Amino acid sequence: MDICLQAMGALAHPKMILLIFGGVTIGLFAGAMPGLTATMALAVLLPFTFTMTPLDGLVALGAVYMGAIYGGSFAAILVNTPGTPSSIATAFEGYPMAKQGRALEAISVATVASAIGGIAGVLFLLFLAPPLALLSIRFGPAEYFWVAMLGLTLIATLSEGSVFKGFLGGTIGIMLGTIGLSPVGGESRFTLGIPVMQGGIEMIVALIGLFVIPELYNMAALGRASLGAVSVADKEKSSFWRVAAKVFSKPGNLIRSCIIGEIIAIMPGAGGNIANLVAYNEAKRASKTPERFGTGTTEGLIASESSNNVTVAGSMVPLLTLGIPGAPPDAVILGVMLLHGLRPGIELFTTSGVLTYAFIFSMGLAAIAMVPVGLLGGRLIYRVIFRTPHFFLVPTIGLATIVGTFALRNSLSDVMIMLILGTTGYLLKQIGIASAPIVLGLILGTIAEVGYVQAILGGAAYRFPWFRLFENPLSWILIAMVVVSAAWPFLLALKRRMWSAEKVNKGGAK
Amino acid sequence: MKLKRFIGCFCMVLAAVVLATIQHNDALAAYPDKPINYIISFNPGGESDVTARLQQSHLEKILGVTVNVTHKPGGGGAVAWSEFQRTARPDGYTIIGVNIPHIIAQPMERKDTGYTTDGFELIMWFHFTPNALIVQRDGDIKTLADFIKLAKAKPKAVTVAGSGTYSANHLDALRLDKLAGIQTTYVPHTGTGPIIPALMGGHVTSTMNYTMVGVQYKDKLRTLAVAADARVAMLPDVPTFKELGYDIVGGAYRGVAVPKGTPPDIVKKLTDAFLKTTDLIAAKQREMGFEITTATGKQAIDLVARMKADYGGILSELEAQKK
Repeated sequence: MDICLQAMGALAHPKMILLIFGGVTIGLFAGAMPGLTATMALAVLLPFTFTMTPLDGLVALGAVYMGAIYGGSFAAILVNTPGTPSSIATAFEGYPMAKQGRALEAISVATVASAIGGIAGVLFLLFLAPPLALLSIRFGPAEYFWVAMLGLTLIATLSEGSVFKGFLGGTIGIMLGTIGLSPVGGESRFTLGIPVMQGGIEMIVALIGLFVIPELYNMAALGRASLGAVSVADKEKSSFWRVAAKVFSKPGNLIRSCIIGEIIAIMPGAGGNIANLVAYNEAKRASKTPERFGTGTTEGLIASESSNNVTVAGSMVPLLTLGIPGAPPDAVILGVMLLHGLRPGIELFTTSGVLTYAFIFSMGLAAIAMVPVGLLGGRLIYRVIFRTPHFFLVPTIGLATIVGTFALRNSLSDVMIMLILGTTGYLLKQIGIASAPIVLGLILGTIAEVGYVQAILGGAAYRFPWFRLFENPLSWILIAMVVVSAAWPFLLALKRRMWSAEKVNKGGAK
Repeated sequence: MKLKRFIGCFCMVLAAVVLATIQHNDALAAYPDKPINYIISFNPGGESDVTARLQQSHLEKILGVTVNVTHKPGGGGAVAWSEFQRTARPDGYTIIGVNIPHIIAQPMERKDTGYTTDGFELIMWFHFTPNALIVQRDGDIKTLADFIKLAKAKPKAVTVAGSGTYSANHLDALRLDKLAGIQTTYVPHTGTGPIIPALMGGHVTSTMNYTMVGVQYKDKLRTLAVAADARVAMLPDVPTFKELGYDIVGGAYRGVAVPKGTPPDIVKKLTDAFLKTTDLIAAKQREMGFEITTATGKQAIDLVARMKADYGGILSELEAQKK
């Protein structure tokens, strides 16, 4: 308790507040730029923390991380382009809302949901860190394989219309993911003898290409930007208090999304990029009106944005207790800690308790700081995008996209890959194959491959090496979830058919 | 007429050549007079990146120009290295981080690596991380003898995680198998990062990894032996493989290189700057678990030749086994 008070004292300083607000603002704009991910923003800012005290540095980077994950929602809502992979699902609901002239409402909902998610993550980290850390290391190769399988069942939900076309998209994604070096064995595959293809198709390059470019073609073809004008009624609807009341009116959705976000956050290597999709999927499944998802529901938006911000503090659980980064941006935070001679581990809470708790609290403050920064920044970005005529907007976004893609790995080939994928994605969209399943296949294919190959290798001494996939109770739970999730859409369809059959029968009896 | 035109052309070519030489000399005299691009072929936040960031400010002070650290990850480093050898100009303004055994093993193993081991002009190798065999702290395995006994009792059941295939980790795991007459199963991972939870969670029995892991996770993991000539300063209680009777010395070296054909005085200037920098950050580097080396010039080339012979032997044996 004493430590907690001291930690709060360390934060009660104007400089700290400035660092938090500054960090959130920088993060927000970095996250809103497609191509600038949270990891990159942190890496770029890393050298600035060398001259700071360890606490200042950690507070600043924590705030940037928090802001970047949230900032991704702006691009998702306003241009249908997830600014970071953590807000893919945000685009599914946020963009239709913006098209209907509810852009400001969508931004406000995303802001409130993100702040709640951020705070929930901090609470998980404060109160449940040790048991969650133990759970995190239970995930072995077999479990990763099943988690990826669970993720692939999302395709059924994500594909608009035909499930078959959805799985076709997913397969294309998985196949794109096999280009380059194989993740476990290191063999080069499908590189066509071009050295640069050893680098494969980077997930974010595909994300930018498949989401932004088709949208730009669309805008150019329509001859207008597709944002709807915000009406006066909508302005009122987007006021902070009304939105907050709305978000809290469905606590079940919030709690579910936060728990999903936390469980995925503690799995090393998986972060907001998977959490937002799983939370969205579960929200849709639990909803009484699943058919309205994809047309601009706030429920889906809340699920996506709260779950991805949970992962910010949530992924620090394995980092601070075991020294294992829970998500890619945490690797940079680990770097800062090591540079300052802080060795992550449970003793971090005792030997450097004040610093550790102050860092945790600061992330909570950053989550709160997102509300004013986000509401102001959001309105600003909205106004800029809405007021700019499409013939300026399309080339500007196009250029920003190219620069962002190049900056990712300083590679011109990535820009080419992005443009080719984007054009292909536009054409595929015309025949009903959406971008989301392709990106999902790309993300999950690699995770599934690594899990499968490592599990089989580890079972070399067994008579049937694949037995390792079914060895642990945690795998069983995941398998059960895969089965339920895969069967769900069919069960639902069956139920609906029986229901309507009943209705027909009743009608006949009359 | 024709002759006149020929002379005209000739003069122009001559002028161009002279001009180019003058500019070239100018560049020499003033080097460095514009920002230097320091390419890291791995992700931000990794060990190569953190080291480069530490060097950055000192290099800037010594050389008097901005040093930009840029990342071009992919293909285990091969994407950046192949592009560097293909396109980088030998003017000292583009430098790149290089790693042993990556630049040795990749061209040996892959068909389309796109670069050669000897296609770099090495500035220096600045640090070394020896391999170490590491297990859970509280498990049954307390010594290397325990490990070997278990591996003998259950062939293939003992798993050894390491980062990458034909990497420093992999090669020393193979050496241990051969020298101790055991059969373990090597499980490649995508980097050191994912190995730690796999080991803590008991998904693998052990890891052949770098000493840094043993230093950073001292309270959770136990280092059985290190693959260095002498004991490592940060792990004074851990014996070397040599002490225990297995002649295994290996690990990863990090260094920096410029394109082949870079003028010797530029190489010299960069070498001096990196030597000074290495000295300035040595204490911090040791704290993080690195061993400092200062192999420059011929020494640096000899190191590559020696490691090439070592790895070549193991790799060809492995290939023979496959067939």
